[in-house]
Amino acid sequence: MPTEAAELVFDEATKVYPGRDAAAVDHLSLTVPAGEICVLVGPSGGGKTTALKLVNRLIPLTSGYIRIDGRQIGDYDVTELRRSIGYVIQQVGLFPHMTIEGNIGTVPRLLGWKRERIRDRVGELLELVGLDPEEDRKRFPAELSGGQRQRVGLARALAANPALMLMDEPFGAIDPIVRARLQDEFLRLHREVRKTVVFVTHDVDEAIKVGDRIAILREGGRLAQYDTPQQILEHPVDDFVADFVGRDRALKALTLKTLGDLELSPATDDGLPRLSADTSLRDALAVAVAERREALLVVGPDGSPLGVAKREDLLR
Amino acid sequence: MVSSAFVDAFRFMPSHFSLLLEKAAQTAELAFAALAIALLIALPIGLWLGHRHRGLPLALGVSSLGRSLPSVVLIGLGIAILGVGFWNNALALVVLAVPPILTNTYFAVEGVDSDAVEAARGIGLTETQILTRVELPLGLPLLLAGLRIAAVFVIATATIAGIFGGGGLGDIMARQVTYGLGGVFAAAIWVAGLALLTAAALALVQRAASRRMAPRA
Repeated sequence: MPTEAAELVFDEATKVYPGRDAAAVDHLSLTVPAGEICVLVGPSGGGKTTALKLVNRLIPLTSGYIRIDGRQIGDYDVTELRRSIGYVIQQVGLFPHMTIEGNIGTVPRLLGWKRERIRDRVGELLELVGLDPEEDRKRFPAELSGGQRQRVGLARALAANPALMLMDEPFGAIDPIVRARLQDEFLRLHREVRKTVVFVTHDVDEAIKVGDRIAILREGGRLAQYDTPQQILEHPVDDFVADFVGRDRALKALTLKTLGDLELSPATDDGLPRLSADTSLRDALAVAVAERREALLVVGPDGSPLGVAKREDLLR
Repeated sequence: MVSSAFVDAFRFMPSHFSLLLEKAAQTAELAFAALAIALLIALPIGLWLGHRHRGLPLALGVSSLGRSLPSVVLIGLGIAILGVGFWNNALALVVLAVPPILTNTYFAVEGVDSDAVEAARGIGLTETQILTRVELPLGLPLLLAGLRIAAVFVIATATIAGIFGGGGLGDIMARQVTYGLGGVFAAAIWVAGLALLTAAALALVQRAASRRMAPRA
């Protein structure tokens, strides 16, 4: 498998658990372009996690195909397949008897990397996920906070530079403030390493925030809609999707754009609230409503005024 | 009379020190041989069943069947098959040692954090690697606890081998006419000492393993 991002294709992928009549994943077909983040979201019973685990064969397919860069997953040796795919789970599952370095270096060790190369790679990854490359590598999982452990889980998944990452509710067990920070860091990290990512969550807001594309699965593992966050919010295909994304979908759509995306009127600094260009339209609207203003002054990173955004521009 | 026998026991110890040492070595040899064989049988079965999270009731049923027979009866049966001697006695002790080792090994492996095991499988450890690198190290303290229980059982019971020509400290205990009540007491105290020493040594290993496997938790 290439170490650059890989294209992932679900082709009529179906899972029926033994002894059950109903499918858990039902003829799922979708393509995740190389380097994109695809979020699987839906109510419980929608088969999100099952669909994810089909990819690294933790759960065997009943019928249909899954291909990574055109090659069927069944054609790989299962161990080789899993070692070439990053895997992150909600409970992290760090090995408590190993140091952080031992945990992150697990797959490289199995792949027979030299010790110095593993040491260097661990340092590089710790830095990438925002931990101390010298201090933290010697610590044990029990000494870390939940957020730190999840960073280590992410570093472990990235260790052998996989072309594809599977993430099963990676931030689900983390408190909202740390979760928001981890999401931001994950997106920054993704811009740096550009892996193909399949990301499972039950949280629509998280799906909108991290997904390049969102697959909404309904009960019985059927695909309801597969689209960009923008399209899903603005054009839900049916009532199920509309209900699932929520009545505030118009507001949620505002989180996808920033003030910098708008065409601004010429700047007139007459005491308008000043907001930076990277503020989301939703936050900008919240400020306009709270301060009872019809317009906002948009400023650049250095504080220089860029222009004025009117309230109706935000909602257009 | 008992108290005087007790005093005799402590007179017996220095005067028959080399005899006690020789007999204790025989008992230890028999007990440790039996423990080793029991480990060879129970460890792989316990590890495998624990890894698969099933099959304990059957394994335990079979092994407890042997244990429900008194050791004396087992040795008697063993004589019919193996004749009088070391192996016949060892067999009875193996039957005694297998269930605690098997049970603890099973639960040691079965009880390992399922998230760690799932993560291990997901990132590409083979089933054998999951067992040797994750489940076995994490289950080691509980596994060693089972070994310790088995060791105490086996050393204490190894004395009855004396009755059946197996030698050891039980040999002294079975010959009150020769060694007197003091000798019997002395041998009994040595058996207890041997069992306690072994248990203490294993407890130390167990504690070291716990520290190593759950560092600073």
